[in-house]
Amino acid sequence: MNGLVLALVGMLVFFLGYRYYSKLVAERIYRLDPDAVTPAHQFRDGVDFVPTNKFVLWGHHFTSVAGAAPIVGPAMAVYWGWLPAFLWVVLGTVFAAGVHDFGALVLSARNKGQSIGTLANRLIGRRAKLLFLFIILILVLMVNAVFAWVISNLFITFPSSVVAVFMQIPLAIWIGYKVHRRSKNMLLPSLAALLVMYASAVLASNIPALQIDLVSYYGGEGNVTPLGLDATSLAFLTWIVVLMIYVYIASTLPVWKLLQPRDYINSHQLVVGLAILYLGLLFTTPEVTAPATRDVSDVSWFPILFITIACGAISGFHGLVASGTTSKQLNNEKDARFVGYFGAVGEGTLALITIIAVVTAFSTQDEFLTAYSDYAVANADGLTHFVGGAAELAGGLMIPPGVAETIVAVIVVSFAATTLDTAVRLMRYIISEIGQEYKFPSLTKKHVATGIAVGSSTALVLMPGDDRGLGAGGYLLWPLFGTSNQLLAGITLLLITIYLRAKGRNFLVSFIPMVFLLCMTLWAMVTQVVFEWSMFGENPDILLFALGSIIMVFAVWILLEAVAVFRKDRHGIDVDE
Amino acid sequence: MTPPMKDHLMKLIDYYDRVIRLQHDAEIKRELRDEEDVFLLLCFSELLGVPNPVSYYTLELYPEMIERFHEWHLRMGMEKSPLDGIRCC
Repeated sequence: MNGLVLALVGMLVFFLGYRYYSKLVAERIYRLDPDAVTPAHQFRDGVDFVPTNKFVLWGHHFTSVAGAAPIVGPAMAVYWGWLPAFLWVVLGTVFAAGVHDFGALVLSARNKGQSIGTLANRLIGRRAKLLFLFIILILVLMVNAVFAWVISNLFITFPSSVVAVFMQIPLAIWIGYKVHRRSKNMLLPSLAALLVMYASAVLASNIPALQIDLVSYYGGEGNVTPLGLDATSLAFLTWIVVLMIYVYIASTLPVWKLLQPRDYINSHQLVVGLAILYLGLLFTTPEVTAPATRDVSDVSWFPILFITIACGAISGFHGLVASGTTSKQLNNEKDARFVGYFGAVGEGTLALITIIAVVTAFSTQDEFLTAYSDYAVANADGLTHFVGGAAELAGGLMIPPGVAETIVAVIVVSFAATTLDTAVRLMRYIISEIGQEYKFPSLTKKHVATGIAVGSSTALVLMPGDDRGLGAGGYLLWPLFGTSNQLLAGITLLLITIYLRAKGRNFLVSFIPMVFLLCMTLWAMVTQVVFEWSMFGENPDILLFALGSIIMVFAVWILLEAVAVFRKDRHGIDVDE
Repeated sequence: MTPPMKDHLMKLIDYYDRVIRLQHDAEIKRELRDEEDVFLLLCFSELLGVPNPVSYYTLELYPEMIERFHEWHLRMGMEKSPLDGIRCC
């Protein structure tokens, strides 16, 4: 089958989902009211609360939620063949993510633009707020560990991408100062920065001296260095330490200095990336060489698929963005359908093209089966295969493969680095909040909180490992990242369900995805924790066992909260402020 | 390029610019607002009991500052001026 067919079928389902399902949800379930006064008008302050055109708001929402996660997950999940991953991304987006993002936006807009955490506190109670805080804490901890590993892995595999990625830092600081001090427009300088970055990527892919290849500096693969570590392990260690020092500095600076201008350049990269991939697909029309389904003996797709692909099918992180900033800028309540639901569809298209890039990357099915020989290999190398596949698609636009690989690696690393920055910053805030909640004033200090965030993340990414040495086990944490992200989505869906039930509406649209998600994550965690990581399992690992157990407890906790809510009188809950 | 094409292109660029500027504008405005608050505090410090060594000069600024002071107390959620000495509303 042709990859283009896969894209067209996926797009068609997305279109039908938006055209009919979201319309039904908007009119019959959420009952959007065009005359309702949105927080953007009610509390208009020109800064946070600003009525914004729906197309502009959609673009903003989409660029805020799309990152490296919808690329990493699907690139691993095609291990079970393209069909399960394709179906989960397409149907998950239409029936779960769309309703979730749309619902979070509506719920927040009808409650003064309050965030999901505040809403959980109000609708369920203080216990739910703490549960929410702890789940976010564990989610950002996983994000830090996983993305530090992802970036190090890409730096080691594609050393030509290093210079361009590091070049982004001074360029972003320059833009930040220019815009802040002189109130200049960011568009032209950021486009110039992007051009400089890509030019350096092109140069680096052609001039070996510009490729920062730590493994060869340390004597090449397999060489044991004087520190006792082999070259690859030492390269991982070096990159992880460098990244952690960088995020420490980046996340303690004011956002306008580095994070925001970097985000700005990355928005261009998202557009460039999507355009290269979809146009490349149109011109190359590659054949899908991966099998549709596949019998494997190590890890079954059911239910692990549902935690391997989180972002791209459904992601709790979107609820944070929808209720954090987007809901405060909604011009009209009716716009929530386009912004929320279509925002989820945008992320779905990114996951879809990732699947297509990987399943068309190999010339024969045997090559695919060799590359994805077992689950551990699929997890460790999935992203590298995505970069290779994306480079093949870019070939359709006459971009040489070496240059294309470097640019795609730069794009993925940039997304991952911004996610890392944001996650460390978020972790710092949460540690401070927990410090306030439990009366530990020292935790509220900026450098103490950041130190704990960076220290625990570094320890986490370096601890798990396999026979390939230090840092090689970072991918083992990916399912835990997926699970915590799904649990966060579970809380938002629970809040939407409570809201709909209190209003006497049909709450099945959010209730069914919630039960499905919670059951799948719980099942997956039991499978992993008991049969894989426990002392009786196949690969005992005390760290993963402990983390998995904590997440399992959280999942059970949410289920119990849900049960408690359903035992209450639905009229007793005040859902509108 | 024909004029309608150019118009469409300009509209597209404008749309794109607005999309990615949205969040950054808010952050810059917040930063500038904080600076403005510090400036206000310096100018009105004597009204709050903080000695101002350059009151002779800041006094001259008062007529210019009334409007901004009014905006500030509205933003802080106070409908009327909180300071007796300043009757902006």
